[in-house]
Amino acid sequence: MLVLIPPPLQERPGYFGPYGGRYVPETLIPALEELEAAFWEAMADPGFLAELDHLLCTYAGRPTPLSEARRLSEVAGARILLKREDLAHTGAHKINNVLGQALLAKRLGKRRVVAETGAGQHGVATATACALLGLECVVYMGVTDMARQRPNVFRMRLLGAEVRPVDAGSRTLKDAINEAIRDWVTNVRTTHYLLGSALGPHPYPVIVRTFQSVIGVEARAQVLETFGRLPDVAVACVGGGSNAIGLFAAFLEDPVELIGVEAGGEGIQSGRHAARFADPQRGRSGVLHGTRTYILQDPWGQILETHSVSAGLDYPAVGPEHAWLRDQRRVRYTTVTDQEALSAFQTLARLEGIIPALESAHAIAEAIRISRERPGALVLVNLSGRGDKDLETVSVMIGEVAGCEG
Amino acid sequence: MRGVSAVRDAFRRARAESRAALILYWPVGYPDLATSVRLVVAMARSGADLIELGVPFSDPLADGPTIQRATYRALQQGVRTGEVLEAVARIREAGVEQPLCLMTYTNPVLAWGLEAFVESVQKHGADGLIVPDLPLEESAPFQSALGALGLAWVPLAAPTTPDARLAALAAGATGFLYFVSVTGITGARERLPDEVVGHLRRARRMADGVPVAVGFGVSRPEHVAWLATEADGVVVGSALIHRAESADFGGEAVEAFVRALRDAGRWALTDGLSPRSSRIGK
Repeated sequence: MLVLIPPPLQERPGYFGPYGGRYVPETLIPALEELEAAFWEAMADPGFLAELDHLLCTYAGRPTPLSEARRLSEVAGARILLKREDLAHTGAHKINNVLGQALLAKRLGKRRVVAETGAGQHGVATATACALLGLECVVYMGVTDMARQRPNVFRMRLLGAEVRPVDAGSRTLKDAINEAIRDWVTNVRTTHYLLGSALGPHPYPVIVRTFQSVIGVEARAQVLETFGRLPDVAVACVGGGSNAIGLFAAFLEDPVELIGVEAGGEGIQSGRHAARFADPQRGRSGVLHGTRTYILQDPWGQILETHSVSAGLDYPAVGPEHAWLRDQRRVRYTTVTDQEALSAFQTLARLEGIIPALESAHAIAEAIRISRERPGALVLVNLSGRGDKDLETVSVMIGEVAGCEG
Repeated sequence: MRGVSAVRDAFRRARAESRAALILYWPVGYPDLATSVRLVVAMARSGADLIELGVPFSDPLADGPTIQRATYRALQQGVRTGEVLEAVARIREAGVEQPLCLMTYTNPVLAWGLEAFVESVQKHGADGLIVPDLPLEESAPFQSALGALGLAWVPLAAPTTPDARLAALAAGATGFLYFVSVTGITGARERLPDEVVGHLRRARRMADGVPVAVGFGVSRPEHVAWLATEADGVVVGSALIHRAESADFGGEAVEAFVRALRDAGRWALTDGLSPRSSRIGK
C-alpha cells in the first residue's frame, strides 16, 4: 500500500509558521477550496491511493532504485547513496506529483490542465500524464527556457501538449507561472492548474509535498534495509523545492542532517544567482505566486531576475515549508555555483556512468563537499533527474571553460 | 474630506446626479512619470469620480497584456513605490480633489512595511487601497492598518465568489466592493458576458448598501451605459490606456473619452424610479 506523508498539522492550516497562505485573486479562492477538499478526500480514499500506487509502480517505474556510488565514494571519502529519481518515467521526480494531481483533476471533473515549466521536466511529466489519462494539456514556458531546453519542448509537443511561449519579464519559470495563473483565473471552471513544485497558494505546497514524499518514504526504507541504519546526511537541490521536500519529508523526525542546496550561480557576491536563503540583502520574506516565503527582491519589493545554469533552479522564491524549516534550523541550506555543479556533473558521469540533471548536479557537488568533511558518513543524495536535457548547455559550457576537450 | 468619507461621498454624489460613478485606472509612470501625472489631472478635470493609481509590479498576475506592458515600462524607467507616492502628492498639488486609491500587489507593500506604507499613503494624499492578490483571509492586517487612519479598503469579488463570501467581503469594504466582471484578468474586451448582470444583482444584494463597482473588460461607453444601472460605479482601465496610446498621450483625446464614458453612465430613466428602488422585490 502506498504510504505518503502530508506535512504535520499546523497551527494555522495552510501556513508553515508565518509562511504559506493563499495570496491570489478572489476568483481562484473557490477553486483552491475545492481542490483542498478533493485532496483530503482522495487521501482518505483507499481506491484513489491504490490507483495512484498502481500508476506509480506499473507506469512510472517506482520504486526507483537506491544506488551506492562506489567509485565516487572512494574519491570523496564518505559512502554516497543515490536515490535514482532519474530512472523514473520522463526522467525526473516530477512524475510523482503529476500523476497524483492528474488523478485529482479527473476527480474534480476537469478535462483541461495547465502547467508551467522551467527546465521542461515538469512540462514533459504533465504532458505525459495528460496523454495517459486523456486530458487536454497546455504548458507555459519562458522563451529563454525554451531556447535552452529545446529537446523538452519537442517532447511535450510529441506528447500532444500545446507549449505556449511566454515572452514577458525574465522569460523564465517565474513568468511562466504568472501566465499559467492568468490562464487558470480565466478558465478556472474547466481547468486544473497542475503546479509542479511545492510552492504557490495553499493547498499546493501541501499537495506537492505529499505526492513527492514517496521519494523519502522509499529511500528511508531502502537505506535501512541495505545498511541497517539511517543515513547521516540527506542532500537535495532546492529550486521551488519539491524533490527536496519529498526526500526530507520522511526524515524530519529522525536524527538525520538535512541539507538543501540552492543555486549559487556565479557566486553570491555577483548577485547573479538563485539563492534565496544565502543572500540576506536580496532574499527576504515576501509574497510571490500566491505564497508568503523567502523571495529575491529589490528594496521596493520588485522581484529580481535570477540566474542559474540549471533552468529548474532558476527561480526567485522557494516553497514555504522550506522557509519554515530554515527558520526552525531543521534543514541547513547551502549553495553550489554553476561551475561546481558543472564539475560534479562531469564527475558523476565519469565515475558512475550516470549523467545527472544540472539541478541534481548541485546536490552531488554538495555531497562531495560533505564527504570530504565527514569521511565515512552515510550520505543520501536525491538524484532528482537525468541530464539528457542539459547536454547542449553543458557542451557549450565545457567548450568555453576547457577549450573543447571533447 | 479624505479617506473613507471621500470615497463614499464620490458614490453618493454620482447617485445624486442619477449616474454610476466613473472610476478610472492609470498606471503611474506610464509612459513616464510626468505624463502620467498630467493625464490623471486631465481625467479628474473631465469627470472622473475616483481614480485608481496603479503601482508597478514586476509580476502582475491579475493583469492582461495592456497593463503588463504599461507597468513594465514604468518599472524600466525606475518608477517604484516612492515615485508613485510622490506622484500622488503632485496630483494633489495640481488641485485634484477626487478620491485616489492605489492599486498595488501585496509584495511592494510588505517590502515598504505595511504600517509605514499606509501612513505614507495618507501623508501624500491618497484615500484607499486595492490589492488584487489579497483575498479575504489574508486581508485583515491591511484592513486594520487602513482603518486606523480612516483610509478605504476596497476588496475584489468575482463571478466565482459565493454569496456568503460576497457578504463577508462587502462587510469589510470601507470604500466599495470591486466586482470583477469576468473570470479573468484585466484587459479591454469587445463584449462582456450577459451573466455579469446577474452577478452584479447578487453582489448588490449581498453588499447590504456598500457601493459595488464593476471592472475588468469594461471598454466602451456602451458597456458603461449597459452597466450603469446595475452597479454603483464602473471601472475603465485598459481601454483608457489604448485610447491614450492611440492619441500619443494627448490630454484632449483622453478628456473626450472620459466625458463620453461619464455621459454614458447616466441612468436612462423611463419609469421615474431609480434603478435601486426598481430592483426591490426581485
